[in-house]
Order: sequence, then structure tokens, then C-alpha cells
Amino acid sequence: MITLTIDGRAITVKPGTTVLEAALAHGVDVPRLCYHPDLKPSGGCRLCSVEIKGRPNPVASCGLACEPGMEVTTQSAPLTALRRDLIDLFLSDHPLRCVSCDKAGACDLQQYAYQYGLTETSYDFHLSRTLYQDDNPFFIRDHQYCILCGKCARVCDEVVGVNAIEYVGRGFESHVATPFDGPMINSSCVFCGSCVQVCPTAALLPVSRLRQGREWELRHVRTVCGYCGVGCKLEYALKGGKIIYAQGYPEAPVNGEYLCTKGRFGWDFATHSDRLTRPLVRRDFAAAHGLTVPTNGGGDFVPVPWDTALDLVAEQLAQTVHAHGAEAVAGLASARCTNEENYLFQKFFRATLGTNNVDHCARLCHASSVTGLGIAFGSGAMTNPIQDVRHADCLFITGSNTAESHPVISYEVVRAVKSGANLLIVDPRRIPLVDHATLWLQPKPGTDQWVFMAMAHVIVQEGLLDQAFIDARTEGYDAFRESVAAVTPEAAALQAGVKAEDIVRAARMYALGQRAFGQSVYEGRGHAAILYAMGITQRRNGTDLVLTLANLALLTGQVGKPSTGINPLRGQSNVQGACDVGGLPDVLPGYQKVTDAAKRQAVAARWGLADLPAKPGLTVTEMMPAILDGRLHALYVMGENPMLSDPNLEHVEHALKALDLLVVQDIFLSETAQLAHVVLPAAAWLEKDGTKTNTERRVQLLQPVLAAPGEAKPDWWVVQEIARRVEARRDRSARRTTDDESPSASVHRPWSFTTTAQIADELADVTPSYRGIRQARLHGAGLCWPCPTDDHPGTPILHTEKFTRGLGHFSAVPLQGPVELPDAEYPFILSTGRVLYQYHTGTMTRRSGPLSWRTPEGWVELNRQDAERVGVEDGGAVIVRSRRGVVHTAARLTEHVPPGVVFLAFHWSEAPANRLTQDTALDPLAKIPEFKVSAVQVERA
Amino acid sequence: MQPSDLQTITHKEQTQRQKHRARLLCCGSTACLSSGAAETRDTLARTVKLHQLGHEVQVMTTGCLGLCSRGPLVKLQEPGQPEVTYAGVTADVARRIVEEQLIPDLGPSPEAADAGPHDLPHLRASVHKARAARSLHGHVLPAEHPFFARQLKVVLALNGQIDPERLEDYIAHGGYGALARALTTMTPDGVVEAITLSGLRGRGGAGFPTGVKWKSVRGAPGNRKYVIANGDEGDPGAYMDRTMMEDLPHQVLEGMALAAYAVGAQSGYVYVRGEYPLAVKRLEKSIRAAYRQGLLGRQIFGTDFSFDVDIRIGAGAFVCGEETALMASVEGRRGMPRMRPPYPAQSGLWGRPTLINNVETFANIAPILNRGPEWYAGIGTEKSKGTKIFALAGKLTNTGLIEVPMGLTLREIVFDIGGGIPNGRRFKAVQTGGPSGGCIPAEHLDVPVDYDSLRALGAIMGSGGMIIMDEDSSMPDVARFFMEFCADESCGKCVPCRVGTTQMHRLLQKIVAGQGGPADLAKLERLGDLVRRSSLCALGQSAPNPVLSTLKYFRHEYDALVASGAAAKEPA
Repeated sequence: MITLTIDGRAITVKPGTTVLEAALAHGVDVPRLCYHPDLKPSGGCRLCSVEIKGRPNPVASCGLACEPGMEVTTQSAPLTALRRDLIDLFLSDHPLRCVSCDKAGACDLQQYAYQYGLTETSYDFHLSRTLYQDDNPFFIRDHQYCILCGKCARVCDEVVGVNAIEYVGRGFESHVATPFDGPMINSSCVFCGSCVQVCPTAALLPVSRLRQGREWELRHVRTVCGYCGVGCKLEYALKGGKIIYAQGYPEAPVNGEYLCTKGRFGWDFATHSDRLTRPLVRRDFAAAHGLTVPTNGGGDFVPVPWDTALDLVAEQLAQTVHAHGAEAVAGLASARCTNEENYLFQKFFRATLGTNNVDHCARLCHASSVTGLGIAFGSGAMTNPIQDVRHADCLFITGSNTAESHPVISYEVVRAVKSGANLLIVDPRRIPLVDHATLWLQPKPGTDQWVFMAMAHVIVQEGLLDQAFIDARTEGYDAFRESVAAVTPEAAALQAGVKAEDIVRAARMYALGQRAFGQSVYEGRGHAAILYAMGITQRRNGTDLVLTLANLALLTGQVGKPSTGINPLRGQSNVQGACDVGGLPDVLPGYQKVTDAAKRQAVAARWGLADLPAKPGLTVTEMMPAILDGRLHALYVMGENPMLSDPNLEHVEHALKALDLLVVQDIFLSETAQLAHVVLPAAAWLEKDGTKTNTERRVQLLQPVLAAPGEAKPDWWVVQEIARRVEARRDRSARRTTDDESPSASVHRPWSFTTTAQIADELADVTPSYRGIRQARLHGAGLCWPCPTDDHPGTPILHTEKFTRGLGHFSAVPLQGPVELPDAEYPFILSTGRVLYQYHTGTMTRRSGPLSWRTPEGWVELNRQDAERVGVEDGGAVIVRSRRGVVHTAARLTEHVPPGVVFLAFHWSEAPANRLTQDTALDPLAKIPEFKVSAVQVERA
Repeated sequence: MQPSDLQTITHKEQTQRQKHRARLLCCGSTACLSSGAAETRDTLARTVKLHQLGHEVQVMTTGCLGLCSRGPLVKLQEPGQPEVTYAGVTADVARRIVEEQLIPDLGPSPEAADAGPHDLPHLRASVHKARAARSLHGHVLPAEHPFFARQLKVVLALNGQIDPERLEDYIAHGGYGALARALTTMTPDGVVEAITLSGLRGRGGAGFPTGVKWKSVRGAPGNRKYVIANGDEGDPGAYMDRTMMEDLPHQVLEGMALAAYAVGAQSGYVYVRGEYPLAVKRLEKSIRAAYRQGLLGRQIFGTDFSFDVDIRIGAGAFVCGEETALMASVEGRRGMPRMRPPYPAQSGLWGRPTLINNVETFANIAPILNRGPEWYAGIGTEKSKGTKIFALAGKLTNTGLIEVPMGLTLREIVFDIGGGIPNGRRFKAVQTGGPSGGCIPAEHLDVPVDYDSLRALGAIMGSGGMIIMDEDSSMPDVARFFMEFCADESCGKCVPCRVGTTQMHRLLQKIVAGQGGPADLAKLERLGDLVRRSSLCALGQSAPNPVLSTLKYFRHEYDALVASGAAAKEPA
């Protein structure tokens, strides 16, 4: 530690701390315009200059490391004069239009001009640039206000890693620009708006903010972003109940000030005119059930009062159970709804309807993580927190297009790489993060298991393993070693089409946690972390692939420590929570097996019941065949859209249409809702409270930002209303204990929750890992589960002392390729995934003005060589066919996919990738379909 | 290549040379080429061939001979004779040099020879006759010419001796011998020690002790280090570095290799100003030749030392001469300076420890190791050792490139070597150090030229540009010129430099145009002080120097302009 004196106060700091950091940390305010705590110091504004005893000239404190005994003065008459002179210079190139400036009240320059008493410049006023660029619907660039602090260009380089903007020109005319000063859309810009966030003046402003009010008129509400699983917290600025803009904030635990384009700009869907505002009943269904149906106007649906809709749904569900048994109803919970809502939803199915037929789309994304990591470690979630990425020595990313699917995590990857971490990527596509990779292996689709096992082979052969860890913390090593003995790098290279020497390099890099440069923050072996996503899980042997990765971590001891571990990046805002609280057919809240009688009965007791159904229910992928088999008659879908997200859509459509009752609760009339008998209007995440659990197991609190439109209601309210009505209709005496017999029942009044906090309390009571998580504790950074008691601080890193299951389990897994390989008829491999500007089935993002401007419609990525053979040009119409369906879309020619591989995102309802995917070959344990590899043909339309 | 191979090459070269009785060395540097040296050389070669002298007279290109204002320059070397330098060698003069100086005497009675018109003896006879009639007197620069006599060639010793484009020629003159010896007989620490002992200071301008810098790079942790030669010479009128890269590229490369060995680096870059195509061409050729001979690349001289060199070409930004901006440019980013520390020695190119020296500094290394640090330290002053190359420009009789021992006075440089001010005008000031330097008036002409004395006067040694001004120059206008240059070349990062220099230039324009008042002058001084004290890098910190130094020594000129400006503003 270093002790220095700042303004006469002795201050002790860690070595490497800058004088500015030391001052700010100790409440000494030093003026600054170009400083940002997350960015490398620039030293451009010079305002933070301080006096150092023994030095003739003032020194910029942002770039000055503290030294022992240093005597720093931050305030003096000469310093004030210097700063005043500097602001004077700034003002000679900045119009003082504060009276009508959108940034008035939030402008740093205005603040300092006020503080230093400057009303105008004493120099000739001369603007270096007056260009106003409004070439996109996300943000404007008004160069007259730019003070060239460079924070925008630095954040774009150091955090986002895309370098869309940089200083250009020289001298007074220097300015920040895209390459050749072209429109943003022609640059590498990802429209994340991080530049807007850090801009100290009005040079960069969100379009939504222009002329909409000034800082002092705005109210700010903080909540959790409802898009992907990263779980960014953000702050909405509101005026008159309308969102003016969104921004990150430094204390946001996951993301700080940074967001992706969807989070920062994609909130306008909430007020889109397509929002569902009244319950709807399909016209013929309404007529058949004795409802008054207006004869004039309207479409397929007629609006009905809530009571009518709820009674109808309750009646039909109760009748179905009565007629066909509880197994004839099923529910799809939602990875986008809150923990409280999903908890109530699964409780409704288990306790009220009496079936475990509840699942959700986690089945289609990380089911194999839950099974695989469950086998290896005992817990199927990210082992380490997101912010650990920043300090890793080596990052190994595979099957995750992080920059597009989890952009804010990719910022952490970029920050790690910029500070010297090695980035190793194994991916058949040239994903954007490859730009930052030290080593990129491009295996043929479906052959990555060879690469991983060959890496393990090299680690064993070269003795790079962590023997002490293997001895003390694991089991099954010998069988595992046998399983990789024959998988040499050369053999893998032959299968996967990568270089053997690269596999060796990758193995060493990962095993030893090698850095590219710089000093590790950790002692001993470097820390390496694996990040993966659907490229691994959405496979017919997804569980095995996850186990293969887990084996690598166990072999090298790269788990249970900071910046290591196996980190499945989860796709939706609450997919982790929906799983945690029991939105799965085989487990109760907290992954308590329904087959475990003791645990099951404990939960039942808390719910005032003697027992709960013990037979695991149907998975999403089993439900569709069950409908067609006549086993399943009614389906209640809460905030899911299987008509785009599930494999083999024609099959799905066929099944859904065969249902006696399809209830869809959503915010828009989704492709699935269009097939429903009853549609229930729900509140969107911007309109709700409750909690969500992000991909790193952090439970965070939502705050309502907007009022729900029309009669839309929070999902928990709807579920509770239906449950209450079903209970009223059904004879439950056989299953329900009497009040006298159940001690807990005396405090438990079922289906009478009035706040989400009450639901959260019950959820905590029945979920061991959530037991200490109460909403009142979540106002700050939230809590990472397991959090077993009310005073437990949460568990950011899993398996530190021992694995959840005790010993880490090595698995000897067989090598397996994809089910459907290309052949003469279907010569291409189709891979599916996401694009940056769209989210999942596009219900929200495609109704966002800026996002749909950026990517209005879908495309299939095709290698240029293949395009020549197919005879299609860039943007040309193509037909993609598989054995299951046909899609018409446009071709985008690229080198990002290798020859023989095409990529189609699954967002596009007019070109749904899942019409092509197959639903037959499922992972035997996880029941996940192989979205990532299907054989298709491509022809010019 | 093994060290002994150097002798083999040397021997072969010398044997080859002894076959000739005379050598004509034609300057092939940019200045002479621009005044027609290519044609001069062609004419020399053609004439030699015409007279069938090819086997006895060698015509070759060599590096800058110094007196650039009198180019093209040609040097004649004959064993046992003092060398003669010819100036202003046009094609006609070139022909005459061969015909009048190199055709052997034909004997007493050439007229008696009975020969036809195409007969060689006949031709020679006519030449012999002509020789008597005309004289090359006006073109001969005697060895005792003060321009040459007061110089001391240490770094430029091989200029005028060797062909810049022939590695063998460099080797034959001892080239790469220092590297061979260092790699086989010295430890890296020994090399650092020798450079420290020599007292060499950075020739880029700041004068940081080279040995200290090397030692700190050597001591920096990390197994990957870099060496960079800064050849981004940007000062108007300066071309010392260009000359080094064009004329003695191998001497620069050998210095870099020695530095890399000393500090533990494996790779190096020569960063060359984009405006120096000939330097780039010759460096490229030299690097290829050195690789072919195993003097670069893997396991040099059979040792464990490997060293790779590549060239990076600048794109015209003056600020890229600043080391952190230069490194950003080498990395492929916009050349913008960053704050130091960390210094490049700790965290330079791609975050690795990096040694960055000026090309002239690197060119000093082999001579120091060849002749010993003690010898080198015996040249110059107490604190500024060795010699320094200067580019003399402006109102001076002899302009060109000179190398002198540190500590020579400005007067000796201007009046002895430079030959004083032409056209009977009076000396007014010398501007040293380019846009970052200052103007020194006549009363300080006896200042010894070394780092510390110049700094004491408010000027700097800089990289070695000297611009001499006579009584006709307006010093405020000179200051305005340099301020415009700096304002244009600011990288835009820090506000005192980007906006401050622009505002200073505006004030100077106003004053020079006779429209400024005393308040403008006061504002100029205040702003100059702000820019100097608060700018991020040396460009901004030194940009006010021309203004501040002219205000110090020539304030009366500003006062006169301001007075007239104030008068002009008075209502009639």
C-alpha cells in the first residue's frame, strides 16, 4: 500500500492507483471532462491537473500513479486560474446555447463553466465543426457541441470493441468520425449507444430525447432489462409517464453504464399500437361456449371482459381435467416472466391441476446445461459471475455468438482481451468476437467434440493437468482418461478440419490460463474460463458436449476459483429463474426432483397439500407429439411463442391446431396467440414488479416504469385469478388436507397474494437456494443464489470448497456427430441463431422503431463460393428447403460462414428458420432438439 | 554468417577495389538528386566507358557529401593523392572531370601521332589539348575548405566512402563488426554499460541519456520486447535522419540489432516518414540484403540472438515523431500521443517493453563500440558527448548537412562552417529545434551548442535543424509561421494544444497584420504560458517556444507592430 498526501490529508491506496482515483475515492472532487473510470486515461481535458510538490508544472492527475510520500494539492489559486483558462478555451469552440439545449442540466461543460464563473469565452469564438448528423433513428451527432474528450471513441474501442468511430483530421479541425465520415450504418457501429452514455455534452443524444424535456423535468426509474439473460439494470428517464430515454448507471451490478442496442433503444415496443389491451376469445369458440358474439366487425377474435375470459379458461381447464385427467393439460411457463409469476404458474399446474406437465423454452436452449452440469458438478448454472470475465487470463468461448446474443458480456470479454487476456474461440462461424481472438478454430459444424476431447488428450499427454485438484476434488478420472487416449490432435484435425497444432496451442492456452501480455491478478496457474451457449447445447448429444467441456475444467482445476468455471450464457431475461422456481416437468422449485418423495411432500405441506404428483411431466418437445396422440387436450401458454421458437414448425402448428383449448397469455398477438382459443393481455416487463434471475444466478428486482396499456394485467395476477377459479370449480377434497391437520395451512391462504413480495416470500420458503432471497434485500445489487439464509451474502462463485454434488464427476462420453448430415439432395448444413438487433421470436424487437429500422427483415448467410454455385447475388431471393419445410428469404453473401454452411436466424416470422429444423433426434437426457445442424438445400427463387 | 565471413567479404571487396586507380563518388542523396545527380552519375559512367577506362576508374554512388547547396557533388579519390570534391557537377562538368583528370598523359607529342578521327590516341590527343584550355577550378572544393575542415565525421564517417545500397561495401568498411564482436564477446549488460560510458544522449532532441533508457528496457519484465527507430523527422528544414536512412541504412540497422541484443528484444521497426521514398527504398533493400546474409533473422552470427526488422511508413503527421504517437501508429491506430508514465520502456508497443530511439542515435552505436566508449566520451562537452549532425538552412552561404563535435559555438557553425550571411546582410537569429525550438539572437552567438546551454537560452537542440535568419526577417512573422505549423499538426487530443495553438495563431496573425493591440500581446503571452504548461505531449508543450523566445529576444519588434496596430485603431 502507498501513502500520500492529498490536500494535506494522508491517504493510503493500492499501488497503481492514480492520483485522481485516490482523490475521488476519498471525496476530493477534482474537475474532469475526459475522465471515465472504465476507460484508459486520456489526459486531453487537462482539467484534473494538480500540483505535485517538487514538480514545476501542474500534472494531469488522471494519468499519474500515486507514489509514496507524494504531496498533492488539488485546489489552489494557480490551479483555479489554469482550469478557468482551459474552460475558456473549451468555450471558444462550443456554442453557449444552454437556454435551449437538450443537455442543459446534465452537461459537464455547463457545470464547470458555472463553477468557474465563465459566461462566455474571452477568445475569438470559432467553431471547429458545425456538422449535424442524424443518419439513424438511434442517436444524433451534433458536432458543434463536441469538446473532443474522446470518451465516445475510447468506449467504442476499449469496451464495445468495434472501433466504429475515431478521431480524424488534424489540428483544430480534428473531430470524431466514422470511416470517411459516412453514415453510422456503414461503419462497424453496433448502435449500443455507449458513446451517447459517456458523452459529457449534447454532441451525442438519443433521438428519443430531442426536444422532449430537460433533466430537471425527468423522473428516473431503475429496473432490469427484459431482453437477454445478462440481466442488465438500466434507468429510464420519464416525463409525463412516457419514456424519454434509457441509460445504464455506474452501480448497475452486471453492466455498469453499458447496454446493448436492444436495452438502450428497444423499449418503444411497450407502447406499440399492437399491444393486447383486452382479453380476446376466438369467435367460433366464444359462440360455442355461449358468449354473446357481435356479428359486425372484428376479426377472428372478440374482446370480452376479464371475468368472462377467466371464467371460460378456468371452466375449460377444470372440465378437461375432469374428462381426461390432469395429464391432459399442460402449461408453458415463461423465460420472460418473473420468478414470482413462474412460481405461481408451476404451482397452479402442480397443486391445483395436479400435473407436472409444465415446461418452458429452457428446454430448447440450456436443458443440456442443466443435465450436463448437474451430472458433473451438481448444479446446472453459470459457475462464475459475469464480472469475473474481466480479470480472466484466458477466455475460451465456444458455441456462443457472445457479441450478438449477449452483447454486454462481450464487452467484458473485450475488456479482458484489451488488458492482456488470451481469447480462444472454437466456432464454425466467424463470429464478431473473432476480431479479438488470439486463436480461432473453425471446426466443421458438429465436429467440435473432437476438438475438445483432443484438447483434453493434449493436456493429459503434456502433463498440463492439475493433479492435486483431480486427486482432491474429482472422481472418475481414470475412465475419462481412457476415453480421450485415442483422440489425438491429428485425428481430431482430420475430423474437424482444423490444424492439429492449433488444438495443441489451444489446449496449452486454456490449461495454463496463458495471457497474451500483462500481469495476472491471480497467483500461480493463470485463470481460464469457458463461456458457451447454444452452439453446444442445441445438439442431439448436448449433454455429452457440456460434459466434455466440464471435463476440461475438472482436468485443469479451472473451476471453483474466480475467473474460471463453466459458464452457460443463458438466452432470456429470466430463463435461469424460470428453471430455478420449478418451470420444468421433473423438478419442483430449487431443482427438487418430483420423484423425491420427502422433498415433494415438504413442498406440498407448505402449499397446504398432502402430496403432489410424483410422475415427471412432459417436456416442450414431448408435448407436441402428445397433442397429436390425443393424450394432451389443453395447453396454457404464458409468454412463449412456440410457433416460431420450436423445431419443425409445421408439426407444431399441426399440433396446436389440434388442441381442445389453447390459452395464450402475451403482450402481442404472437404467431402462437393467433392460434389460441383465448388470448389474455399481459403487462410487459416495463410495467411489472417482481424479481428475475439472470444468467449468473443474480436475483434482481424489477420496478414498474410504465402503466400497463388498457386492461393488460401482470401475469401473476392472471395466473392467480385462473387458479382461484379452477379451485372453486374442482372438487379438491380428496387431495387437500383439512385446515386442522396442516399447521402451515393456518398461515397460508392460497391464491390470495396481493403483492409480488408475498409470492417471493413463499417462493423463498419452498426453494432452499432462494431461502434468504427476500425482495427487501434486493434494492441494491441483488443476490446470487444459493442464498440459504436471510443474512447470507449470496454465492457469486459456485463449487469453491466442494462441488454441489460433492466431488466433481469426470464423464467418459462417446464421440458423436450430428444426426442429419448433408447429402446430395440436401447439400448444405443449416445453423440457426440470433442477430444483434433482434431478440428471440421478434415480438418485441420487430415492433421497436430503431431496431426494426436496422434489420427490417431476415436473411440467410451464404458463403460467396456457394452463392456462385447457387447462382445468387447479395440480397437475391432464395428458397431454403429441408425435409420438413421451406423458407423464402434473401441471401446475404459473407465469409462468416464457411462453404457448405448456411446460417438463418430464428427471429423472422416471414422466414422462420424453425420450419427447417428437426424435432425428432433429441438429446436423450435433456430432450433438446438439434437446432444447430440440419441438412438443407438452397436455390435461387 | 559467421564473424569470420566478414573478413572474407572485406578481403574480396578490397581486392576488387585495388583493381582501380581512381574512384568517382557521386552523391546520391535526395538533395543532390534533386539538382541533377542522377544525370551526373550517368554522364560520369558514360564518359568513363567511352574512354575505355572502365577497368581502371570506378564510378559509384555514395551518400550525402554535406554541402547540399552546391550540389550535385562528386568526389574523386586516387591512391596517394588528396581527395578532391567537386561542386555543381552538371553533366558537362562531369564529362570534363573524367576527360581532364582521368585520361592518362599521352606523352610529349600527341599531335605527332598518326591516327584517324575514330582512333583512340587521336581522341585522347584532342582531349589533352582541351585540358590545357579549360579549368575545373571553379568547381573544386579544397579539403581545407572551412565547411569540411571544421567538421568531425564520426557518424557520417562512411558517407562519401561507400555505396549506400551495397551491404558488402559497408562490411568492407568495418560494418557489422561491432555486432559480431558484441554477440560473440560481450554480454548484453556489457553493451548497455558501454553505451552508458560513452555518455551518448538521445539525438531526437530531448537528450535523454541513451544508456539509462537501454538499462530500463533491459530491466523491464517481459519476454517479448521491441526496438523502434524513430525516423519520423518532421521539423521543417531538417534532414539528418533522412540522410542516415538513405545513405547509411546498414549503420542504423546494426545499431538497432546491437540495441535489441542489449535490451533483450526480438523485433524492431524502423518508422520512416512517408515523405522519404528513397529512405524507404534503401532501407527495404538493406533489410533484404541483411536477411540474405544472415545479419538479421534467426541466430545471427551463429548465436542464440535473433532479430527481425520491419519498416512502418508514416502518413504525414508531425506528431508521430512523438514516441507514444509513433507507437500507436505502428500498432495501426491513429497516431496520437498518450500520457506517460507508463514510459515505453515499461509498456510500449502492444503493451510490451519497448526501446525507442532516434535513427541518428542508433547510427552512433556501431562507431561507439568500434572505437570504444572512452574515445567517444572524449569528444564534446562534459555533459554532451560525441558529435551532432545539423542541417543548416536559411540565409547562409553554405547550407547543407554537417557533423560537428558537441560544444562548438553557434558562431563557429554559422560563420566558419556556414560561411556567414550572403549578400552582405547582417545575421539576426538562428532558429534551432524546429517548431519546438526557439530563436537565438546575435548576442548569444558564442553559446556552445550542447543540450543544456541551448535549453538555458529558451531554445532546444532538437533533432538538429538550424535555420539562419538575416536582418530582413520579421521575428513575429517567423513565430507566426511556426505557430501555424504546430496548430495544423496538433493531434486534437488535448484542449490547450488543439484550441490554444489555434488561438495563439489567430493572435499572431492579428499582430503581424498590424491589427493587434497591447492586450492581444498580453493575451498571447498568457496563452503561450498556458499551452506550454498544460499540454499533454511535447508538441504542445514546446509549440509556444518560437513565440516565447522571440518575445524574449525581439520584443521590440512585437511592440512596434502592436503600437502601429493600436495607432491604426485610433479614430482619425
